[in-house]
Amino acid sequence: MQCVSEASQLKHLHRPAVVSHGPIAKTCAARALGVVRTTCTHPGERMAVEDDEIMREFLIESRENLLGLDRDFVALEQNPRDRAILSRIFRCVHTIKGTSGFLNLPGLEKLTHVGETQLSRLRDGEILLDTHATSALLAMVDGVRRVLASLERTGAEGNEDFTAIIAELAKIGRGAAAAAPAPARTPAPEALPEVTPAPAPPAVAKSDRAAAPTPPSAPPARTTADAPAEPTAAPSVADTAIRVDLALLDRVMNLVGELVLARNQILQYGARSSDSGLVNASQRLNLLTTELQACAMKTRMQPIGNVWNRFPRVVRDLSNVCGKAVQLELEGSSTELDRSIIEAIKDPLIHAVRNAIDHGIESAERRALAGKPAQGRLRLRAYHEGGQVNIEVSDDGGGINVEKVRARAIERGLVTGERAARMNERDLLQLIFLPGFSTAESVTHLSGRGVGMDVVKFNIEKVGGTVDIASRFGHGTTLKIKIPLTLAIIPALLVASGGERFAIPQVNLLELVRLEGAASRRGIENLHGTPLYRLRGNLLPLVFLNEVLDLPGPGPHADVVNIVVLQADEQKFGLVVDGISDTEEIVVKPLGKELKQLAVFAGATIMGDGHVALILDVLGIARRSNVLSPTRERVLDERPPAAPGGGVARERMLVFRARGDARMALPLAHVARLEEIAPARVERAAGRDVVQYRGGVLPLIWLVDERSRATRMTREEPLHVVVFTEQGRSVGLVVDEISDVVEEEVRVQAQAQGADLLGIAVLAGRVTDLLDVRRLVERHEPGFFDRRGAAA
Amino acid sequence: MSDALKLCTFVLGDLAFGVEVKHVQEVMRFQPLTRVPLASRTVRGILNLRGQIVTAIDVRARLGLPTLSDAQEPMNVVLRTSDGVVSLLVDEIGDVLEVSAADFERAPETLSVVLRDIVHGVYKLERRLLLLLDVTRAVALKETGDNVPSSLGDAA
Repeated sequence: MQCVSEASQLKHLHRPAVVSHGPIAKTCAARALGVVRTTCTHPGERMAVEDDEIMREFLIESRENLLGLDRDFVALEQNPRDRAILSRIFRCVHTIKGTSGFLNLPGLEKLTHVGETQLSRLRDGEILLDTHATSALLAMVDGVRRVLASLERTGAEGNEDFTAIIAELAKIGRGAAAAAPAPARTPAPEALPEVTPAPAPPAVAKSDRAAAPTPPSAPPARTTADAPAEPTAAPSVADTAIRVDLALLDRVMNLVGELVLARNQILQYGARSSDSGLVNASQRLNLLTTELQACAMKTRMQPIGNVWNRFPRVVRDLSNVCGKAVQLELEGSSTELDRSIIEAIKDPLIHAVRNAIDHGIESAERRALAGKPAQGRLRLRAYHEGGQVNIEVSDDGGGINVEKVRARAIERGLVTGERAARMNERDLLQLIFLPGFSTAESVTHLSGRGVGMDVVKFNIEKVGGTVDIASRFGHGTTLKIKIPLTLAIIPALLVASGGERFAIPQVNLLELVRLEGAASRRGIENLHGTPLYRLRGNLLPLVFLNEVLDLPGPGPHADVVNIVVLQADEQKFGLVVDGISDTEEIVVKPLGKELKQLAVFAGATIMGDGHVALILDVLGIARRSNVLSPTRERVLDERPPAAPGGGVARERMLVFRARGDARMALPLAHVARLEEIAPARVERAAGRDVVQYRGGVLPLIWLVDERSRATRMTREEPLHVVVFTEQGRSVGLVVDEISDVVEEEVRVQAQAQGADLLGIAVLAGRVTDLLDVRRLVERHEPGFFDRRGAAA
Repeated sequence: MSDALKLCTFVLGDLAFGVEVKHVQEVMRFQPLTRVPLASRTVRGILNLRGQIVTAIDVRARLGLPTLSDAQEPMNVVLRTSDGVVSLLVDEIGDVLEVSAADFERAPETLSVVLRDIVHGVYKLERRLLLLLDVTRAVALKETGDNVPSSLGDAA
């Protein structure tokens, strides 16, 4: 490369206002200065380094631009006269062309040059966009993408022949141009739209974003359009956002994790000290660290729109190939997720979308027969719920024929005919997630090779998520994915076994059962060597953590059994541990490569005292202990039959008997533990009943009527206590009997009569009072919710 | 191999080892370890190195030497490898020595298999023989056969 030609290229690059904001332009400008200096002093090495740097920036920037392009093209096809979109596309291609000239990439330059020429004609209204033009331009974008991929891999352009694409591009507008009502040409094509404001597209007016004309250089990475058909103004990110290396963010996260540990130690010293200065400073440190931790987490968050950006294109291509008309709706694109999770759900989502178009949505003729509009609908929806992100992929297609599923599952030997006959609709749908299942009648090149939903499920579960499917035959299918917000910090239960501490991710946790004294000896039954526990009438297989991990047992004198009830896949099981300490937010750290193959551990975490604790992989434990058989036939008919979930959220409810014979329920999320407490342990303090509990005092609220309370206190039988904990404070609700845990849609059907009730709902087919725990607790323990953090 | 090489040396029983300084991140006193159940017995545990979880490899176990008595705490030689950071537990840390390629010789065939497996060769120093550690082999667990955990099949 020669100085002269570089300088002229640079001028060329600077012409559009576009580039001057982008990092490339900055590098180029810096480079221009550098060139003068370096050619005099030491040419060679330094230039090579700078070239690498520019190339890297170019690749990053172009990749982001291309993502936006796909979306823009599809939007444009539906609204071919939108000058704002056209200008955006033009500028983007122009930037790539300019830089490729500068970086001496002749192939890329030639390809984008032809595209740019046609785009400028489109922009100026000389020709009108049609399907052929869109396809030709999209082919160009794909070509660019391939060159970029090759550049990234080998550092060279590759020698792909773009003649065919270029010929297609050249054909654009021939014939159609005459018919197009060419508007009066603007005399100066150099005047770019940010100078002459384009007529505001409707979305700008609707959106609450600043209605200012779009600065063209805004990288589209963080802009999301809720409705792809509407052109949305890209907010000016360039001025307020910077690009940060991911490794640096990871390091920041790591250091914050360390800071949290240091903070915990300081707090311990502070608590023991009488120096008020130290105490105050440590409290302040506490607050700041918590806030910093939250901020650091946020830096890793990205809107799910970053993945969704590609769907308009994917859907367009797929629906063309399948010959189906599909309208894509994106809802909640700004829902944020940790970057690592975004990466992990990308492929499963594409898979699900493919399935929906290929198998879900019917052909136009079939839709007409079913009385549906010819165009199928595919909706992607993301929203936050209870510290998790829910993603739904719904279509209004043919739905899943459960009878076919049943037949297929038997044919493939996934379940026995006898068992299949007993299965209800919901359970049958779950069979779709088994490996080797596919109901597609024809194998297309898009999907249906028998690797399907099981892979989706596997990949989602790998990041701690769950997948559920609901379908109405003839009406459509909804795939619901639930995933944690982040993998970096998760709530976990800390347990001890064989002298070691372990963390169990809270997502897998259902409830805790503690058996004391006689109950601990009677409670566990053996069936031909298999330990079982009767949990509210259902048999719960037990797994002893000591045995699974080859650790020493708790010794013969222990007369307490702690059962952690866990959910692994579709199977519940009880994990018996020596001790249960507490729940805590833990920072998940990966294990070294030497230990990765241990399926029973999901990682490690560092405790407040600096020691390391291993995080258990509940699925791994279940498989190792044969609770979950690795073979096909899994236990699927454990759950009580429930109506397939529609759009309404399902919630896990604890059902119990209280206040005489009332059947009541409260959300399981409010329940910290279920305890059985001997009446003799109840003491009186400050005019109320309390028990000593885990090193503290637990106030009791009686949800049983007076008479039964009196008789219960004189009996030997333990009291059933539901422990409610918030902000480190606990209160025990004494109930007559724990009945069940159900997972259902909770719909309040009627107002309730009694005090502290939210209303009446039907749970598991029976009328149930919904308890308003917070009101109840507030009434009995005034100020319970005020002293937040007092006990922290 | 270039003429002069700087080696960080350490002792295990009656053996002296050297490892190229470029592989060594740091040397530490013994740290409290968290045992990893079901792991190979050459993995003594994991430790917290400024927020990073590092696997500690018991080189004595790897070589089939008897374990140190409780009174003797091993030292950590923390190595940077292509697969991340790993710590080797050794008896004692020695000096950093400069060795010359002229003194190098491949490990004699008669050397025990486990030992030959983890060294490149021997430097014939004036007063003793110094084994040059093959870092990649020393931290690789799979090849010794005893460490493939029984749960491996579960992953599928």
